[in-house]
Amino acid sequence: MMRPALLLPEMLLAAGALAALIGGSFVARDRQWFIRAFTIAVLVATIVAAAIQLREPATSAFDDSFAVDTATGFARILAATGTLLILAIAADEISGSPRESETYALLLFATVGAVLLAGANDLLVLAVGFLLASIPLYALIGLAATAAGAEAAMKTYLMGALFGILLLLGVTILSGLAGTTGYTELAERLPDAPRAVATVAVVALIAGLMFKAGGVPAHFWVPDAAQGATATAATFLTTVPKIGALVAVYRLATVLPTSTSWPIVVAAIAVASMTLGNLAAYWQSDPRRLLGWSTVSQVGFALVPVVAVDRSNLALPSLLVYLAGYTVTNIAAFAVSAALPQHRDLTDYRGLAARRGGLAAALLVALLGLVGTPPTAVFVGKLTTAAAAWDGGYAWLAVVVFVNTVISLFYYLRWIVPAYRDAALASSGGDHSAPPPEHPARRWSARLAVTGAALSLVVGVAAGLLWNVAAGI
Amino acid sequence: MLSVIVFLPLVAAAALVALPRLGDRLARWAWVAVAAVDLALIVILWARYDTPPAGGLAFAQQVDWIPGVNSSYHIGVDGLSLPLVAMTAVIFLACAVYALRERHRPRGHAALFLFLQTVSLGLFVAADLILFFVFFDLSIVGMYFVIAGWGHGNRAHSALKFFLYTFLGSLALLVGFIGLYVAAEPHTFDMPTLAAATPLAARPLAGGLVLAAILLGLAVKTPTVPFHTWLPPAHTDAPAVGSAVLAGVLLKMGTYGFVRIAMPMLPQAWRAWAWVIIAVGVVSVIYGALVALAQTNLKRMVAYTSVNHMGYIVLAVGVAGLVAGDTMQARTVAVTGAVTQMVSHGLITAALFLLAGVLRERAGTDDMHDYGGLAAPAPVFATLFAVGAFAALGLPAFSGFIAEFQIFTGSIAAAPATAVAVLGILITAALFLRALQRVFTGETRGKSIGFTDLRAGERWSIGALLLLSLVIGVLPRPLLQVIEPAARTVVGLLGR
Repeated sequence: MMRPALLLPEMLLAAGALAALIGGSFVARDRQWFIRAFTIAVLVATIVAAAIQLREPATSAFDDSFAVDTATGFARILAATGTLLILAIAADEISGSPRESETYALLLFATVGAVLLAGANDLLVLAVGFLLASIPLYALIGLAATAAGAEAAMKTYLMGALFGILLLLGVTILSGLAGTTGYTELAERLPDAPRAVATVAVVALIAGLMFKAGGVPAHFWVPDAAQGATATAATFLTTVPKIGALVAVYRLATVLPTSTSWPIVVAAIAVASMTLGNLAAYWQSDPRRLLGWSTVSQVGFALVPVVAVDRSNLALPSLLVYLAGYTVTNIAAFAVSAALPQHRDLTDYRGLAARRGGLAAALLVALLGLVGTPPTAVFVGKLTTAAAAWDGGYAWLAVVVFVNTVISLFYYLRWIVPAYRDAALASSGGDHSAPPPEHPARRWSARLAVTGAALSLVVGVAAGLLWNVAAGI
Repeated sequence: MLSVIVFLPLVAAAALVALPRLGDRLARWAWVAVAAVDLALIVILWARYDTPPAGGLAFAQQVDWIPGVNSSYHIGVDGLSLPLVAMTAVIFLACAVYALRERHRPRGHAALFLFLQTVSLGLFVAADLILFFVFFDLSIVGMYFVIAGWGHGNRAHSALKFFLYTFLGSLALLVGFIGLYVAAEPHTFDMPTLAAATPLAARPLAGGLVLAAILLGLAVKTPTVPFHTWLPPAHTDAPAVGSAVLAGVLLKMGTYGFVRIAMPMLPQAWRAWAWVIIAVGVVSVIYGALVALAQTNLKRMVAYTSVNHMGYIVLAVGVAGLVAGDTMQARTVAVTGAVTQMVSHGLITAALFLLAGVLRERAGTDDMHDYGGLAAPAPVFATLFAVGAFAALGLPAFSGFIAEFQIFTGSIAAAPATAVAVLGILITAALFLRALQRVFTGETRGKSIGFTDLRAGERWSIGALLLLSLVIGVLPRPLLQVIEPAARTVVGLLGR
């Protein structure tokens, strides 16, 4: 059955993106805020439509090629909320710039792509979602129009092309093996397929999705893009596409037979992502690049419950809770950096607590949140994902998660410590460099940082409610 | 009522942060007032306390938190936690009075300590593993900022070392908690349920590994040898009130975890590893005392005596695991002594650290060689320090004697070999007497010249802590009456 009404949120986003793109051409440069207001309206409508949809029992649309269930509904709300929050950074950064309405259109397109990835119940829909989520990203990164931005866009494009081909290769092999692209039939026919070939296809598929998630082995573009792109684009591309890609990996994992040894593949990617991301983040001095590597490690943590997907009923809710916590916390951390665009070195944050208590507090909550300190949202995520892995028989993976958490603490502290050090004391104590020059903080980004940090605490404390939604209760 | 006690300081802290117009003077007094009200509430709570049935909790409250993983906001007190709750409130009130003269960002200082008070109280009343962990972790974050923000010397480095070490410990603890959760059927984080179920009873290997993870976490926090190396720098560079709270309250989180979590939930594994725990305890006792003997810095010396005093507790809880039919009574005495020692050490060591803080505040150093004949210019300071030192070395009539006497009575009766730890008391006595002699007797010289005696706030805060130790030493019955039934329950649970 077609039942297109089930795809109302996606249609809203896509139509909104088109309208923003075309409408932007007819609106004067100094009135582009109108398009922003329109984008906000589209996102709010999407969230409302998705929330209403979430209350219905799970079903699927377009001949079972797009799943409409708790995971999709959650991803829709999360992706739209993430984009909505990121608009606050855009309000400061690109307001009145020549490419304002195009940016909004690209953000909306990329959001549709992420949501399609999350709901894809057919390999071809997965491929479409992948392309739709990727292509706007290249443009978003390139919009920075700086040398670093151009390099990052090029790198992202090349990586995207390579891993896109890998993904398509995986799609081709699997459909060749099973004679179908729908997940339901794949689940029935794949167990009989030759094991070695199926394993190759699975590795190719998951590696392709890792490009969108920004995890090992397709992570090389993430730190460059986080550093070189505008704050709007950097925040978006480290947050929203991950939601889609990780839910897509989850969905794929539910149909693959264990004989393809996908659990080992996913576990290896998870461990490699978290370890490599952490180690690479250690000596970064640019806060955005540091956050870029931190998001690579966060993908590793989020992949942990996927490993146990068929053995523990904690897996899906813990993944969704982790994604929710990660989204608000990561946006808060990026928003702090966006609010102080001149602070491109960790030492610039010296004495921030004395000058801007609110922003420093938001930074503290966001970074400790990313570590997984209770009672923030990521703590609940980490706890439940590790519990899910252990419950599924992967106790060692839970131990690796916490070992990596200890490792990650150090580099987040490298950012927090200067912020809470006395600017006066630090400069008198042998450090003779002048205190960082005073710049006004960007207003909306600062508000977003505080809001995001507060949300991360609220979500952590009210995790029970969120869990019930994620578990479909 | 219990929730009000726990969260009242946090609300006050939020108010202090949210109202920047509040003057510094008002902020200091607000802290004192809130700490006093909290203590008054706890006194009322104690007056209304009836010993709950074995395995139960008084004033219990349970609200769903994350029902999906069976974790709830579950709090309550029993004989193990009530004395520690009261001790926490006393120490924080003493710190509030002592800090009335704090000049460096007093508003933030007060807010941070109020936050720490909520965290400490919350930990002792928590009856859910995740709730326990939340407070355990937040105590580390709070203390990190106390040391990094108000410490001296190489504070950034000490604070970082403290954070990394204890954070590592806390995550080991969390791994252990998840192990318990997964092993329990149905999965739960609820402490009384887990204690009743002993989920890993039939799996010695898994039980041993989970106990190892939990012990590692608690041993770092306590700290015991060989995980104690974060403690001396943290204490040396922390401000006086920070040291007092760190030694008085935060260290107890580790030892409290032994009697609250490790022993009741993993009795089989605990029994299997009892000798290892005893050995760690004895080594901590002797090693802590010997290293303390070698120190010339007063704060470092007191810090190492903390390792020694915590060693007695570890020894006692280890002995409790040597289950044999005829030693039930002895082991109960040992556990009672361990809990009494937690309270006693909290009061005495907090007082000693506040006294050491006076030295640094007046003369800028806490090296004992810089002083001499201090008794002449500062008689009150000398008296209080002497009282504190005698209390710490376990002189009868002070709480330390009651605690250590019980620990040794119980331990030696159950395992005569543990008598070797008595040596620790001898060394501690020697080092405290030597410190007294070096700093207070003889000709007034060095930094002692022109030393101002204790001011009112300092007298009242330190005096009250020592007075309480004296009261417990002379009239231990009311305290022991609360502790003993709970200790008997724990020893009974270990015998399963």
